[in-house]
Amino acid sequence: MKLIVNGEALDSAAATLAVLLAELDYEGDWLATAVNSDVVHKANRAEFRLSDGDRIEILSPMQGG
Amino acid sequence: MFDLLEAVLPSRLLLGTAQYPSPAILADAVRASGASVVTVSLRREMAGGRGGEKFWSLVNSLGVRILPNTAGCHSVKEAVTTAKMAREVFGTSWIKLEVIGNHDTLQPDVFSLVKAARILCEDGFTVFPYTTDDLVVAERLLGAGCKVLMPWCAPIGSALGPVNIMALRSMRGHFPDVPLIVDAGLGRPSHAATVMELGFDAVLLNTAVAKAADPVGMARAFSKAVDAGREAFGSGLLEPRDVAVPSTPTIGRAVFS
Repeated sequence: MKLIVNGEALDSAAATLAVLLAELDYEGDWLATAVNSDVVHKANRAEFRLSDGDRIEILSPMQGG
Repeated sequence: MFDLLEAVLPSRLLLGTAQYPSPAILADAVRASGASVVTVSLRREMAGGRGGEKFWSLVNSLGVRILPNTAGCHSVKEAVTTAKMAREVFGTSWIKLEVIGNHDTLQPDVFSLVKAARILCEDGFTVFPYTTDDLVVAERLLGAGCKVLMPWCAPIGSALGPVNIMALRSMRGHFPDVPLIVDAGLGRPSHAATVMELGFDAVLLNTAVAKAADPVGMARAFSKAVDAGREAFGSGLLEPRDVAVPSTPTIGRAVFS
């Protein structure tokens, strides 16, 4: 399955968003996720099934003005 | 003290957290400024990275209120999604709403700003819209549900200071009961004092402190300027006059000729 994660192409067999995050070594309460421009809340990541071509954004706190 | 919506804040200075020489200097500058609100953002995290965690720990240790922004967003959809992601990560419904409309001036796209503000207000956010000094746009933002307005006084990072005093004065006059925070364009403490003298409720700045040769000293200087400007506003400023008026009494002066 081809995914776009933070703008980069990625081949993955991860069935859900939670599995993908674990596969890529993302962990922590400070992450926010969106798939195809819609927020996927932390509580829903385990049930959120990924599809070929999904665009995933994984964000974390950063300095800002 | 400064009553801002549901919060009581000890300072009328809000500080950005970007562009400091180091995390330690950022922390010292926040403390020196006395700011009780700092702005933060969200960016892509590298796989396995811990950059966000370190920054988040630092900000949490400062004991200040967080105002996340939607910096860099150019559409309603981007801004709304980013705001929702920020609410989850930072645990606050406060959002500094930025929808940029021009790459060169970083001018807000006020049409999209109003649309995004309405969506977010209806979703329970407390929206701090980064806007221009246009009165009609301000009316629309209030109509969309905003309880506070954040007009620029010059383009972001320009350090030009208030380039249109008349517009800012007009805004203050039209919205006497709306908290108004000047956001963007301040370069010097005297700029901050000037807008506070006009009756603005607070200022939000970043680059002028972060890029100073001594950010901690500059944070302290801005803090004093904000306090001075506010006290001057409350004390009744003398209006300019076209003629000289002697300050020393003329009655009883000696005559030597």
